[in-house]
Amino acid sequence: MKQNLFSALAGAIFGIGLLISGMTDTTRVQGWLDVFGEWDPTLAFVLGGALIPMAIAWRIAARRRTALLGRTIPLQPGGTTTDAPLVIGSTLFGAGWALSGLCPGPALASLGWGGTGGLVFLIAMLAGMVAAPAARTRLDRLAAAP
Amino acid sequence: MFDIAWLWGLLGGLLIGSAAALYLLVNGRIMGASGIVGGLVDGSGRDNWMEALSFLGGLILVPALIAWVFGGAETHLTGNWAVIIISGLLVGLGTRLANGCTSGHGVCGISRLSLRSIVATVFYILAGGLVMVMARHVLGWV
Repeated sequence: MKQNLFSALAGAIFGIGLLISGMTDTTRVQGWLDVFGEWDPTLAFVLGGALIPMAIAWRIAARRRTALLGRTIPLQPGGTTTDAPLVIGSTLFGAGWALSGLCPGPALASLGWGGTGGLVFLIAMLAGMVAAPAARTRLDRLAAAP
Repeated sequence: MFDIAWLWGLLGGLLIGSAAALYLLVNGRIMGASGIVGGLVDGSGRDNWMEALSFLGGLILVPALIAWVFGGAETHLTGNWAVIIISGLLVGLGTRLANGCTSGHGVCGISRLSLRSIVATVFYILAGGLVMVMARHVLGWV
């Protein structure tokens, strides 16, 4: 129960941060990516601001190793190698991110006022996520081929 | 010159980082938006579905409430359906293949100096910049 409560709290703070930072406004994100247009550096301030508390959190985590609600803190998350799915996936994600100006967090946070377009984006994003395990299997098979 | 939006960006960023820190130190989890949703969608996060749903509840409802009370929130999303759908498919597929997005790799990964996350972030920003410039200035799509 406590887990769910703190999870909802984290989601809420994340969402408020995305809203007030301007990251739910696609013109800001596209303005950051459009280096040849009227370049908008806001995203750098957002990322810079977000890294500060999180860098401190990792230092605390390295000492405590256990989260307050009892879980072991994942000090080495995800894979360890920079493999093809990482590079290909990030490239595809970047391309999609540029086209609309939305990434997963802001797409969710702006659902309340994003209208039909925001909802259609979310459904397409979920479909892409459903397709990902099969795409990964293909990539692994290609990589394993002699 | 100085733009007040940068200050809001910094403040919002501090909140985003604090949320990620809370999720790490209290729940013992990585706050990655694509991982939390993706785990629900493909079943890999079945063990913690209530926790993931609670996160999404807070993430969707609280900003919606604030936007409703204060007004003025706009996504300025394109009205081009093909662009919206292709973009959504690419974002969903790409973030799950890469095991992370701007929150998972960008915020949680870079802050612990993960090589994978730094590589991922370099690639999605470079690809994003390239596609943005192509789509806007060469092809005139967005």
